[in-house]
Amino acid sequence: MTDMLTPVLTANWGTDRSWTLEAYEAQGGYAALAKALKMKQDDVITAVKDSGLRGRGGAGFPTGLKWSFIPQDNPKPKYLVVNADESEPGTCKDIPLMMASPHTLVEGVIISSYAIRANHAFIYVRGEVLHVVRRLQAAVREAYAAGHLGKNIHGSGYDLDLVIHAGAGAYICGEETALLDSLEGRRGQPRLRPPFPAVAGLYASPTVINNVESIASVPSIIDKGADWFASMGTEKSKGYVIYSLSGHVKKPGQYEAPLGITLRELISLGGGMRQGHELKFWTPGGSSTPLLTAEHLDMPLDYEAVGAAGSMLGTRALQIFDETTCVVRAVLRWTEFYKHESCGKCTPCREGTWWLAQVLTRLEKGQGTEEDLDVLLDQCENILGRAFCALGDGATSPISSSIQHFRDEYLAHLTHGGCPFDPMTSTVFAQEGALA
Amino acid sequence: MTTTPEKTDLVTVTIDGIQVTVPKDTLVIRAAEQVGVQIPRFCDHPLLAPVGACRQCLVEIPDAGNGRGMPKPQASCTIPVAEGMVVNTQITSAVADKAQQGQMEFLLINHPLDCPVCDKGGECPLQNQAMSNGRGESRFSATGGVKRTFPKPINISAQILLDRERCIVCQRCTRFASEIAGDPFIALVERGAQQQIGIAPDAPFLSYFSGNTIQICPVGALTSADYRFRSRPFDLVSTPSVAEHDACGSAIRVDHRRGKVMRRLAGNDPEVNEEWITDKDRFAFLYARQADRLTHPLVRDIDKADGSRGELRPASWPEAFAVAARGLAAARHGTEGGGSGVGVLTGGRLIAEDAYAYSKFARVVLGTNDIDFRARPHSEEEAAFLAAEVVLRMPVTYTDLEQASTVVLAGFEPEDEAGSVFLRLRKATAHHGTRVVALAPYTSRGLKKLDGRLVPTSAGAERDALLALADDAETGLDATSVILVGERLATVPGALTAAADLARTTGARLAWIPRRAGDRGALETGCLPNLLPGGRPVSDAAARVDAATAWGVASVPDRAGRDADGIIAAVAAGELSGLVVGGVEIDDLPDPAAAREALAAAQFVVSLELRETEVTRAADVVFPVAPVTDKAGMFVTWEGRPRTFDAVFANPGSLPDLRILAGIAEESGTSLGFRTVDEARRQMNEVGPWDGDRAPATPEPKIKQRRLARNKFWLASWKQMLDNGVMLHGDSALLATARPAVARVPQATYDVLAGATHVTLTGDRGAITLPVEPADLPDDTVWVPANNSGDGVLADLASPGSAVTVKAVKA
Repeated sequence: MTDMLTPVLTANWGTDRSWTLEAYEAQGGYAALAKALKMKQDDVITAVKDSGLRGRGGAGFPTGLKWSFIPQDNPKPKYLVVNADESEPGTCKDIPLMMASPHTLVEGVIISSYAIRANHAFIYVRGEVLHVVRRLQAAVREAYAAGHLGKNIHGSGYDLDLVIHAGAGAYICGEETALLDSLEGRRGQPRLRPPFPAVAGLYASPTVINNVESIASVPSIIDKGADWFASMGTEKSKGYVIYSLSGHVKKPGQYEAPLGITLRELISLGGGMRQGHELKFWTPGGSSTPLLTAEHLDMPLDYEAVGAAGSMLGTRALQIFDETTCVVRAVLRWTEFYKHESCGKCTPCREGTWWLAQVLTRLEKGQGTEEDLDVLLDQCENILGRAFCALGDGATSPISSSIQHFRDEYLAHLTHGGCPFDPMTSTVFAQEGALA
Repeated sequence: MTTTPEKTDLVTVTIDGIQVTVPKDTLVIRAAEQVGVQIPRFCDHPLLAPVGACRQCLVEIPDAGNGRGMPKPQASCTIPVAEGMVVNTQITSAVADKAQQGQMEFLLINHPLDCPVCDKGGECPLQNQAMSNGRGESRFSATGGVKRTFPKPINISAQILLDRERCIVCQRCTRFASEIAGDPFIALVERGAQQQIGIAPDAPFLSYFSGNTIQICPVGALTSADYRFRSRPFDLVSTPSVAEHDACGSAIRVDHRRGKVMRRLAGNDPEVNEEWITDKDRFAFLYARQADRLTHPLVRDIDKADGSRGELRPASWPEAFAVAARGLAAARHGTEGGGSGVGVLTGGRLIAEDAYAYSKFARVVLGTNDIDFRARPHSEEEAAFLAAEVVLRMPVTYTDLEQASTVVLAGFEPEDEAGSVFLRLRKATAHHGTRVVALAPYTSRGLKKLDGRLVPTSAGAERDALLALADDAETGLDATSVILVGERLATVPGALTAAADLARTTGARLAWIPRRAGDRGALETGCLPNLLPGGRPVSDAAARVDAATAWGVASVPDRAGRDADGIIAAVAAGELSGLVVGGVEIDDLPDPAAAREALAAAQFVVSLELRETEVTRAADVVFPVAPVTDKAGMFVTWEGRPRTFDAVFANPGSLPDLRILAGIAEESGTSLGFRTVDEARRQMNEVGPWDGDRAPATPEPKIKQRRLARNKFWLASWKQMLDNGVMLHGDSALLATARPAVARVPQATYDVLAGATHVTLTGDRGAITLPVEPADLPDDTVWVPANNSGDGVLADLASPGSAVTVKAVKA
């Protein structure tokens, strides 16, 4: 079973003090950097293009293509910005990666910056995870001391400075243009596009923004080759990714496997569902991807297949819920998150989430009427595709998909005069007999 | 200057099935207006950069011009047109219509819907568009929704109040503050439904242009302390007018109810003020309603027995005309052993027609050229400069400012002295790459906002600075440059001549920007000792004959008259015996003490005034005049652009200056040939501009070397926009937003003050004590605001350009 795993990014997580430069280099770390610095910059871009690496932050845009959009005739400085503002409910891949092996990311940053001719790179880290910020800062210090960063890196003539920037804890700053505004010291709200960041991003200069996992994948592509990378995954979704498995499985955690693996396989890797329980619903890529059910267990987890099923692969944050979970309650919690995190810039997200949360609260209490479900769906329709950025769209995903799959359960709340579920049964401690 | 219109590429799009061709880069929302489709909108404003925040203007774009449709509805305020684009608005697209209705519903869920008590109710874009593009009943309350609430209005400045419940956070106000005014003291704070407009602690929204945010607010979230709860829009009668507070000629709208002006708004004139006005133009109109407003003529009785002057008493109009005519005739012809003749002093509030009446009255009735509109420090050189370089010319317009490569400011602080010029310069620097170079004593807040370069100039050293500019490669003046000189330059010998020479040698265009609304009109109508109406030089016999012919009189006086200083000195010395004064504040005059002396020495004084002043108290006959609301008229902008307006009120007892002068003239046996503004304007047109030779440029006056005594400083000063001026009386909320009175001293001087918070400045007229701040002033110059303390620097301290001492005040 475990032969389905392809540990690359996670390969060294188990080694002693894996986050240190010493441990990283002992496992061959920074070899890819040495190799890349001997390559022409365009060849690095070509290698990443050829590998078929697609952005791991959710949208799946081809990384090499994004890099090639940087106008090299623009006299302004170029910047690489790593989006490490991982805040999507259910997503827990970048933070463990940066904790366990920050040098994988740092090496990726250096190679990627070299490729796009940036002399300044930033890692924008979610503000709440101070431990990660410190670990990254330590790694950057080590990298400077080892000559991986700074002036004339290893005699190549290439200079790079890397800044670790801590955000202030706003979900919106994971949206790349809001991240840029925040990084510039402004209020984090998404920008109007065009201009796109590749043309006028950070400080109105050409900027590449990539997810942590995307950049962290670059050293392995350089080291082992684009063909090696492309040999994994499916036709249009190449390579390996980290799946964050959480919820009602025996062994939640990060599982690194090629794109195209199925949920059934992942659940068995995770030791199966909780004892005596069965899958009810799950999210393929965090709470803003429409939820799926047991009928999708054998669907290959790649961009195309999940999209065809009406959802999105997103960040491959697989939140697994068994039959003890009230879907209305789960959706309400997510909606409260979106209401709390709406940046306020555009009307549908700001006002819509405020209203959605109120309607859902009433429904969960068994108040309201069946017509309220239609009002909910209509609100979602007025938000989806009408909001300024994708975060507004994301807020509607759990609601409309849950009504699609579990309309009866909503109605049961109304007929039951409240939630028909015992919330205790879905907790971890219920299983452990703590309630006995 | 002629400008070639920019070649614009045109783009043809189809909106709701109708083809329309618009310039490239036009936004879809505005292209739709061309086919008569009004797409609802809130955050969109034609003069602000697009944000696409409110999402109200969503439309469907089935073809983006490349054969492919856009998958989602698009905000039409952010999408530029493309050739072949197809747009379906709410008119033809069910998707667009539903999207818009959906946004409207969202906007209203947290809005208090308190239209019946809201000032905006009746003229509210949210209310109107909720009717046109929203649903009648609220589903939010039907689903048991609970609105987000905030405490009712909070002050974001003394004048501006914010009702956060009504706010739909469209960001028009914050964008105006940062993009247009450059005063980003308001910003979004908090997030989600709690997102609101806020200020930093202890940093209120202090901006000379803050009132514009109220006007562009598409809901009733921003109100003014002055107007809040005062009236409903549907009770108001609106009259377009022109602002009387500076020489910008800004279009305004005056709203009145039952004979009282309730508020004023910016008019929309793309050529002049666009859609913005200063807070002074907006809020300062209560001066005409103060308790000291004159309501009827007054005459002073003379004791027949001993000839002593009695008290002023109310009089009828005919009596006052007769007394004035008699008294002026006597003063004109003089008394045995006394002086003879009457001088005329006019102020900046005059409409051009009134100025024309004074000008003609002086020449025809009083037989003199002793007339001057410059109720402020002035010079003979300035009069010659105005005659030779300014009158009848219109070399620079607002639009020209936008297109200039470089604008030099000399003796002119646009933010304080001409707000609309400042905003246009800001637009020029922000969008057209115009560079601003200021010959000024220090980097003012306004200059910072213009991203301008300071040429540090000691008070009184402007001439030298202008001379140096001629060969300054960094400034590099040429035909694409503009030089703006302020009226303050008059006090610096040689400066105006140097400015004119600089324009000639570099090819730059030169414009003179006075502070007051009536000044350019008074210049054009000949309220100067060396100019007759229409720019006719007094020194030119042909011009005098032309004027006399036009007026049907045998001749006009042929000797150049006295300027205001000369008139005051002559009256004080007994050489002149009478004065006609209209709209002059004694403390504005170059030497207030000398003016007081002259007022006491004058045999006969006629005063035409709105409110009681020192002049009316000293006068022998006082005529109440109509405020701008009670008369039609015309101001001429600094550009030379005539700006006519109609009366707001028809008030038969309120007479313009020209009607009063006509009455006195008729009583004197002469007719001015007009009794109304219309008749005066018609006569002005008949007299027309002088088409003969202009007054020649005069050689530079002799420049005296200045020497600064040890421990003394040159005094620099100008009037801040909001100060103790009489036209700001009555509006405490507005005055509370004025910049505080502070003395600015060079950093080196500040350092030796050893922490003193205040300084006392002492000049030849007195001493004033003010809080002190350091500034990047030259080491020999200090700056104080001209009229934010006491009676102003001219009365209390010294004349700008003279020397003062600075002493630290121990706390």
